[in-house]
Amino acid sequence: MEKRVTFRGIWLPILLVLPQIVITAVFFFYPAGKAIWQSLFIPDPFGLSMQYVGLGNFEYLLTDPYYRGAFATTAIFSGLVTLVSMGCALFLAVLADRLIKGSGTYRTLLIWPYAVAPAVAGVLWLFMFNTRVGVVTWYLGQLGYDWNHVLNPHEAMGLVVIASSWGRVSYNFLFFLAGLQAIPRSVVEAAAIDGARFWTRFRTIVFPLLSPTTFFLLVVNIVYAFFETFGVIHTITSGGPQQATTILVYKVYSDGFVGQDLGSSAAQSVILLILVSILTVIQFRYIERRVHY
Amino acid sequence: MATVTLENIRKSFGKTEVIHGVDIDIADGEFIVIVGPSGCGKSTLLRMVAGLETITSGEVRIGGKRVNEVEPMDRDIAMVFQNYALYPHMSVFDNMAYGLKIKGTPKSEIVARVDAAAEILQLGPYLQRKPRQLSGGQRQRVAMGRAIVRKPAVFLFDEPLSNLDAKLRVQMRLEIKALQRELGVTSLYVTHDQVEAMTLADRMVVMNDGVADQIGAPLDVYANPATIFVAGFIGSPPMNFIDTKQISGWTEPPCVLGVRPEHLHLVSEPEGRISGSVTYAEPLGAETLVHFRTTDGPSVTVRQDGAEPVPSEGERLGIAWKTDKELRFSEEGQRLADS
Repeated sequence: MEKRVTFRGIWLPILLVLPQIVITAVFFFYPAGKAIWQSLFIPDPFGLSMQYVGLGNFEYLLTDPYYRGAFATTAIFSGLVTLVSMGCALFLAVLADRLIKGSGTYRTLLIWPYAVAPAVAGVLWLFMFNTRVGVVTWYLGQLGYDWNHVLNPHEAMGLVVIASSWGRVSYNFLFFLAGLQAIPRSVVEAAAIDGARFWTRFRTIVFPLLSPTTFFLLVVNIVYAFFETFGVIHTITSGGPQQATTILVYKVYSDGFVGQDLGSSAAQSVILLILVSILTVIQFRYIERRVHY
Repeated sequence: MATVTLENIRKSFGKTEVIHGVDIDIADGEFIVIVGPSGCGKSTLLRMVAGLETITSGEVRIGGKRVNEVEPMDRDIAMVFQNYALYPHMSVFDNMAYGLKIKGTPKSEIVARVDAAAEILQLGPYLQRKPRQLSGGQRQRVAMGRAIVRKPAVFLFDEPLSNLDAKLRVQMRLEIKALQRELGVTSLYVTHDQVEAMTLADRMVVMNDGVADQIGAPLDVYANPATIFVAGFIGSPPMNFIDTKQISGWTEPPCVLGVRPEHLHLVSEPEGRISGSVTYAEPLGAETLVHFRTTDGPSVTVRQDGAEPVPSEGERLGIAWKTDKELRFSEEGQRLADS
């Protein structure tokens, strides 16, 4: 039996999907098309003239050591953010799952950081780690460690990773907790009776059953680290020191809007567009044939 | 193989006590069925023996050794869960081998033991499948297989058949019984189904509201229930309870009489010890259940032979029974000594 609604004419269905198409067209197809178009030109800094260069922008980018450096920085940064935010979230979720009393409060408190905008989170962490007045810096100084993320590239990377992961822990925590609670208690009990102690149970039963959640979060967090961390990096390090925290999306901004090299910036956007498309395809492929229990 | 002893077991969740002191002595190799309505605490009791619930007070001994503080894995037990609790990401083989692998059993012995169990349970062709590719009955067998490969001292069953359809349930019931006989492992089986309890048990424990009302062989419990609750719970249709105030000419102290439906027979109105009218009759072929509303009391069910004439609805009749078939209970529900 045909369960879908079928329309006789063509105009009503078009009218119904029109708003969505208009939004997609205005906010995605038009800018994306424009970026692809621009990536083929080198405009002068005042935008008065453009010179066609074909794939010249791309050729230049792929041989540019700074751009390659930004690729490596992005890989390290997104890898670390994903690892830290998911690791903390999983740890907290496992604890919350075992909690009986006060679990509601615990959960609510853990969810709050998610409500803080990335840029605001960046400023919060910047205050705490400020090289002159930061609380954490002061305590680290007391312990004999001289914190200075403005000069030290590793410390700068560490700080933006922590600041970007912080709010993300909440989001991941929610999914992990839901995933843990969806595992039938009796399966875990059966494993306990079979002789598996906590860590063995976690490794052989809980973690494998959690894998659909973990994979979903992996993809979502990588995409987050690629794009949405812009605000954090902009407020804390502005990509510095010495481009140590310039990830791809930050380079799009700094080359295009600070450096006024719009052609290169557009080409970088196109590369990012391709990257995120690949990630999305992987995610959808996986979700389509997701394990069903 | 081991004996299991429960001594004055109590369980409280917060301030609410749900099990009020249960004593059970289980002999080596005995099949004990704990039966009771939902919420009577039977599953909680089983989970305490398994070590999945803490014991508030009292003592559980397995093989004479106190196990109150012992972890489930060190109690030498195996449990079959109502929803089977199979590991969904593992093959049937791995499901059964899991406990042995953790114990570090040599690989060749694991294979041998799993194959032997698969042989008994006719799971041979399914060893490489995942649980989701199996039918309910097969999953049930895998759960049994997982329990038997470990050769535990005690089997615990938590309503293992209630997720199966009626026909499969009867079949699996027979298989469980045969398996237990063959292996001779002490077993504790929880169910709400009195037919399962009657057919499987060497002895049954009838639980009511956190108390073990009666412990005994199924037919003894059926013939000599200790309380009104047991009398009403075991047997289908349930025992009839007749207040002696309804019986004209009752001279002894008032009490409640319990009579099984098969011990009642229909007679003409003046001949009956009580009388009333037929509300409806259910002819089932081999027997007929006649439901009766007494003149000023509850309804009564009479089970009569299917060959006897079926009374029509609304017909006024009397009911008679032999006095040696009646059981006397106090108003509080306790059995009184036969007079």
